Amino acid sequence: MKEYENTGIIGIGELRIPSDEQLERGVAITECVQDIPCNPCVDACPVNAISMETINSPPVVDFDRCTGCAQCVAVCPGLAIFVVKKEEKAARITMPYEFIPLPEKGDRVRAIDREGNDVGDAEVLRVVKKKDGTYLVTVQVDAGLAMAVRNIRVVK
Amino acid sequence: MRIEKHPILHFDRKREMHFLYNGKKIRAFEGETIASALHAADVKVLSHSVKYHRPRGFFCGIGKCSSCLMRVNGVPNIRTCITPVEDGMVVESDVNDLPSGEFPGAEKRELEAEILVVGAGPAGISAAIEAGRRGASVLLVDENRMMGGQLIKQTHKFFGSKKERAGTRGIEIARVLENEVREIAEHGRTKILLGTSVFGYYGRSGGMHFLAAVDRMNNVLYHIRAKKVIFSCGAQENMLTFPGNDLPGVYGAGGVQTLMNVYGIKPGNRVLMIGAGNVGLIVSYQLLQAGVEVDRVVEALPRIGGYSVHAAKLRRNGVPIYTSHSVKEVYGDGRVEGAIVAKLDENWNFVEGSEEDVKCDTVCLAVGLTPSARLLFQAGVKRSYIPEAGGHVAIHNREMETSVKGIYVAGDSSGIEEASTAMLEGKIAGLSAFISLGGGAGGGGDVDMDSGRILEEYMATLEDMRMGPFGSKARKAKEKILQEASNEGI
Repeated sequence: MKEYENTGIIGIGELRIPSDEQLERGVAITECVQDIPCNPCVDACPVNAISMETINSPPVVDFDRCTGCAQCVAVCPGLAIFVVKKEEKAARITMPYEFIPLPEKGDRVRAIDREGNDVGDAEVLRVVKKKDGTYLVTVQVDAGLAMAVRNIRVVK
Repeated sequence: MRIEKHPILHFDRKREMHFLYNGKKIRAFEGETIASALHAADVKVLSHSVKYHRPRGFFCGIGKCSSCLMRVNGVPNIRTCITPVEDGMVVESDVNDLPSGEFPGAEKRELEAEILVVGAGPAGISAAIEAGRRGASVLLVDENRMMGGQLIKQTHKFFGSKKERAGTRGIEIARVLENEVREIAEHGRTKILLGTSVFGYYGRSGGMHFLAAVDRMNNVLYHIRAKKVIFSCGAQENMLTFPGNDLPGVYGAGGVQTLMNVYGIKPGNRVLMIGAGNVGLIVSYQLLQAGVEVDRVVEALPRIGGYSVHAAKLRRNGVPIYTSHSVKEVYGDGRVEGAIVAKLDENWNFVEGSEEDVKCDTVCLAVGLTPSARLLFQAGVKRSYIPEAGGHVAIHNREMETSVKGIYVAGDSSGIEEASTAMLEGKIAGLSAFISLGGGAGGGGDVDMDSGRILEEYMATLEDMRMGPFGSKARKAKEKILQEASNEGI
C-alpha cells in the first residue's frame, strides 16, 4: 500500500521533481499520482507540455516546455497542481484557493505544508480570480520551503 | 446557522416568509424547504419513531428517509425536506396520520407520452434531452421542485474528459442541463412536471405502460400512459449500525451537502465524518468551505477509498484521516454531543483500549449508497443482488433496457456510480428508447442514420470511463449485470 493511501499525504518521493534550472524558470508540479479518469489539464495547457498515456493515466509535465503559466492550476478538479518558481533565496508558489477570507496582494499569511502544519511566513504576491470561483494565489516563501508549502492560512 | 458568506456559492435570501410550526412562528426565506428552515431555527428533532418514540432528525435531505414527515396545510405525511416553504403555511409534527391510499378531492389529470422519464437528475435530464431534441414526446417527472438531482449540491469540479464537462462544477452542469431541457420543452414535444412523485406502476397493455403520479401539495393525481419508461430515480444513503445512530445530528453526508450547499444552512459546528470514499472526502472539504470544523475522517478500511487528491486537500487544511478506524457509538441527550471512535483490527473488531472520545455535534455517514429501484421492481423487472452495484438492481442490457420491454434504467438506479457515467447512461437510455419507437408517423421523430452510430459512441465512451482502477467496482457490477441480461435473453 502506498503511504498516501493510508494518510492522504503524497510524499515527495512519489513526485517527479524538476531540475534546479527548471525550477528557476518556474514550472507546474502535478501532485496527482493515481490512475484517475481525468484530463482537463492536458487540454488547458497552451504549449502542450502536459501529456497522458490514456485518460486514466497520471499527467506528465514536460518541464522544459512548461512556461509556468498556471492555466492547469486553475482547471484541475483535484486542486492538485502547483506552479513552483525557486530562486536563490525565495520561492514563489502559485496554488488554487477556495476559502474565505481571501488574501489580498501584500498580505502576510501563514505558510502551510501538506499536513496542515504552519511552517513559516508567506507574502501574497498575486491573487487572480477565475470565472468559476477558484482563485489562484501566488505567495513568496523561503527558498527552502519551495517543495513543502502547499496551502496558506489567512489571518485577518 | 445560515451561511452568510461562502467562497463558491451565493445565497439569495431576498424574500423573507413565515410559517407556523406546531403553533410557533418560524422565519424562512423563499427557496428553503420546511425542514431546512426548521434546521436554521435549530429545530433538530423533526419526528419521533412510531414504536419507541425516539427522536428523529434530518438524515437524507432528499425525500428518501421519511424521518421528516409532517402534516402540512392539513395534508398528512408530507416530506418536509423537499417541500418548499410558502408564506403562512401551517406545519404540524408528530401527527402520525396513517396513510389512507385515497386522494380525497384530488383533481385527476390524464397524461400521455412516448417516453416517460422518472427522475430529473443527471441521468434523467440527459435521457430527456437525447430523445426530446430528436422530436419524441417526452414527459420528465421529478418529485423535487428543483431539477438536477444531486448535481445541485455538488460545488466541486468534476473529473473526467472535457467532452463530459470535466473541470466544471456540478452546480454549473445542473444549470446547463436544465437550460437545455427547458429549451427543448419550449419548442418541442417535451413536458416537465416537477414537485410530482411517480408512485406506482399499474401494468401494461397495447404497447402502453400505465403509471400514477401525485402532486400532494396541490392535490393533483396524474394517470400516465407511456410507450417507453426510463427510471432514473437515483439512490439513497446507507445507514451504519451503532448505538446512537438514530440521534438527531447523525446525517447522511449527502444530506448535509444538501443542507449547506443548496439551502445555505450549516448542519452544526463540529463534524465527525465516517467514511473516506470520495463522498466523505468531498463533503468534508465542503464543510470547511462553509466554515464548519471537521474533527477528523475515520475509515474502516485500511486504505482511503477516495481519490488521493481529495484526501490531500483535507490534510493540507489540517483534517486528519484515520484508516482502520470506525465509530463505536454516538452519544447525547436528544441530540449528538459526541462519539466514541476506535481502531479496528484485521478481523474488523474494535481494538480494546483504542477508544477516543470525539466531541462533536454532527456525525456524517458516508458509507455508500443503495439504488432506488422500487418502481422498477414493482414493474416486475428481473432483478439481482449485486454488491458492487450497491444492492438489488434491475438487470439491463447495453441499451439500458430491462427484462420488461420498453422499460429502461439509468444512473444510480441501475447501480451506484457517479454523475458523469449517469449522464452517459441517461443518453444511452434516451437514445435507445427513441430508436425503439421506430420514428415515423405517430411514433417519435425521425430516426436518422446517425442515431445508431452515436449510440455506439456513447457506449464506447462509457466503457473508457470505467477502465481505470477507480472504475473497477462499477465495471465489475456492469459486467455481472450484462452477463445476467445475456443469460436471460434481454
